[in-house]
Amino acid sequence: MAGGSSINVLEQFELHPVLGGLGEALRFSQSPLYMIIAVCLVLAFLYFGMRPAAVVPGRLQAAAEVCYEFIHNMALDTIGPEGAAFFPFVFTLFFFILAGNYIGLLPFSFTFTSHIAVTLALALMVFALTVVVSFKVQGLRFFAHFMPAGASPFLAPLLIPIEILSFLSRPVSLSIRLFANMVAGHVMFDIFASFVIMLAGFGVVGDVFAIGPIAINVALMALELLVGVLQAYVFAILTCIYLREAVAH
Amino acid sequence: MSKEKDESFDARLKAAERRNGLVTQDTSTSPEADADKPLATLALRAGTEMLSALIVGVAIGWGLDHWLHTRAVFLILFALLGGGAGVLNVWRLVRPTDET
Repeated sequence: MAGGSSINVLEQFELHPVLGGLGEALRFSQSPLYMIIAVCLVLAFLYFGMRPAAVVPGRLQAAAEVCYEFIHNMALDTIGPEGAAFFPFVFTLFFFILAGNYIGLLPFSFTFTSHIAVTLALALMVFALTVVVSFKVQGLRFFAHFMPAGASPFLAPLLIPIEILSFLSRPVSLSIRLFANMVAGHVMFDIFASFVIMLAGFGVVGDVFAIGPIAINVALMALELLVGVLQAYVFAILTCIYLREAVAH
Repeated sequence: MSKEKDESFDARLKAAERRNGLVTQDTSTSPEADADKPLATLALRAGTEMLSALIVGVAIGWGLDHWLHTRAVFLILFALLGGGAGVLNVWRLVRPTDET
């Protein structure tokens, strides 16, 4: 960036092979490694949380139950009675993204949700599911949604392409929202952290002023903890909203 | 309009309850409310919706041009349609009622 020292704020998003020669041969980068870690963490949390299966839950079991009920209620409230069928999918999505966002906040780790390839794959999965469910539930009446009710037939050549484009833009906006939030947060971390290093080069005065960027980074960490759960929630709730439209008759 | 009034009433009611010690902590921390409250978040979401529709429109237009060897006709057409779809997305985001 600035100040002569070459600090590249986007360097943290670069992929490198991990696990030595094996990773090199398999083109195995940090991204899938941290995905596996995220999945293992979520599974371990649920397994060890629910293993006691006590009537009066302990702390970990209470946390697991709260997580389960939170997504369960969200799926049923948003989608309706049919939501029970989609609950496992929404639960998986939410906790995979949440774990990815939070693991990325640890030092020396990698945020796989900061890659558009990952978020777009997740969003396209949601999109494909909604299209399949729409066709299964509504059949060919699915296409009737592309003509707004009550509009003049003369406007159809204009309105139908716009509606179709609006529909097709869903996975793009879903993926860009998550990816942009994660990238922006981590770039800000990097920028303020590099300010600290630059100020440290100015002697005692710099050391004193470096407290400012450090304080900002602490506040940013709090913000990122909020953003991490919020973006996972937004992703899950939008999935639920799209599925509600798909199962509506 | 009426929803906003409800929200402001709820907020004042909660503030009054808290003042008088009827509730010890704020229970209205649903993430959805938090997600919609800050204007910057809403602006970011609206921008994403607008941008993504434009991206899809431009991509389709460019693809059709590439395929049919019609230089820029479909690109112009679908960029305009994408802009329209973006406005529609933003309108769906900010319109007062939630019926589809």
